[in-house]
Amino acid sequence: MDKDVIISYIPHFKEALFLTLKIGWLGILLSLIIGLVGASLLHFKVKFLQKIVGIYIEIFRNTPLLIQLFFIYFALPKVGIQITAEKCGVLGLGLLGGAYMIETFRSGLEAVTTIQTESALSLGFSKAKTFRYIILPQALSMSIPGLVANIIFLLKETSVFSTISLMDLMFTAKDLIGMYAKTTENLFLLVVFYLIMLIPVSIIGAIVERKVRYAGFGD
Amino acid sequence: MNELLDVKYLHKEFDNNVVLKDINLSVKKGEVVVIIGPSGCGKSTFLRCLNGLEEIQSGVIRVDGLEVNPKNKDIVKLRQKIGMVFQSYELFPHLSVIDNLIIAPMKVQKRKREEVTKEALKLLDRVDLLDKKDMYPRQLSGGQKQRVAIVRALLVHPEIILFDEVTAALDPEMVYEVLETMQELARQGSTMIIVTHEMNFAKAVADKIIFFDKGEIVEETDDVEGFFASPKTERAAKFLDRFQFTTRL
Repeated sequence: MDKDVIISYIPHFKEALFLTLKIGWLGILLSLIIGLVGASLLHFKVKFLQKIVGIYIEIFRNTPLLIQLFFIYFALPKVGIQITAEKCGVLGLGLLGGAYMIETFRSGLEAVTTIQTESALSLGFSKAKTFRYIILPQALSMSIPGLVANIIFLLKETSVFSTISLMDLMFTAKDLIGMYAKTTENLFLLVVFYLIMLIPVSIIGAIVERKVRYAGFGD
Repeated sequence: MNELLDVKYLHKEFDNNVVLKDINLSVKKGEVVVIIGPSGCGKSTFLRCLNGLEEIQSGVIRVDGLEVNPKNKDIVKLRQKIGMVFQSYELFPHLSVIDNLIIAPMKVQKRKREEVTKEALKLLDRVDLLDKKDMYPRQLSGGQKQRVAIVRALLVHPEIILFDEVTAALDPEMVYEVLETMQELARQGSTMIIVTHEMNFAKAVADKIIFFDKGEIVEETDDVEGFFASPKTERAAKFLDRFQFTTRL
């Protein structure tokens, strides 16, 4: 491995890291919103919409991100819907992640016992306020381990972005290998940059998990 | 008459299983009604019907003249008149003791934080838990949790409080501290409906005893001493006899 080559490539990888992080986190944000809304619809058993959520989950959990991205990027323009590669990345990641996030939030909501709801109702809380003040906070803190796992999974899935010509980490590595054939150096940098991106998430996730557990569960 | 609670011909079934049949009951302001009876006789279900946690198939429940019906919009308002304390405490685990106490008055009744906090601390002090105000429920003992749950119900200023076997999950020594709190409430003139298996407590605190069996009221009397000395129905006699047997052991 050539040290000088590695150093000279770092700026390219840095740029790619920022792009990956930007699209990755925007996609994750979208997936969290979808997850929360979807799980709430399931929780309140909203007629019809509940079914749609179910179908959505099945579709997006059971097809690869690669194919979802191709569909959004290449097939939708054929019916007149054109979006940029970046937006496509955010949308694709958000939709895939949303399906997983719904399931994670849902299991958190289900873990809160019904008698907690009844106890809130008996104090005069409306159903909406029971959800907002009593059920959701407990469900969220129980969902944290699953959410952290999902976030790490989604950040890793960003490597598929290279297929729709987004200059992410994977794309940059492949591009540089194609031009200068320094395979080992590029693969080394690729691993290092993915670790730089993901290890902080793991660490922060573990800290948050411990914090919310300390806040009062396990009785 | 100032009937606070009025139940007429209450009938409730779960999937064609009749669990409560033709229950009639009226409770006056300040009255303490104790419901006893064998497990599975419908006592708890009856309490849950009273604040609209269960739907009923026929009959009417009125509190302060207003009908309790889980399908009505005003059930949320009405429930503030009917407090409930559960066997399993059901404190909110994500909130500290003081936040457990003030959340309903603040978010539901829109009362001022300072005013509610002041009242909450006063009541906490009265149940000897002032030093626990910033702790989380999991850091408290069962008896302490239950006393917090009672204070929480009181802070909404209900007209009537339902107690559903609130000491059944507690160690004997903790039973005492909870019953003491309830007795104090009774002395202050709170209207209470209590489901319990603590016969001595029932004897001490009740203005009226109701003996439930198989989903119906078998015996109802204001003569509390008389009931425990010599119940009028055979079923109540048998039930009490078994209880005395276990306490004699």
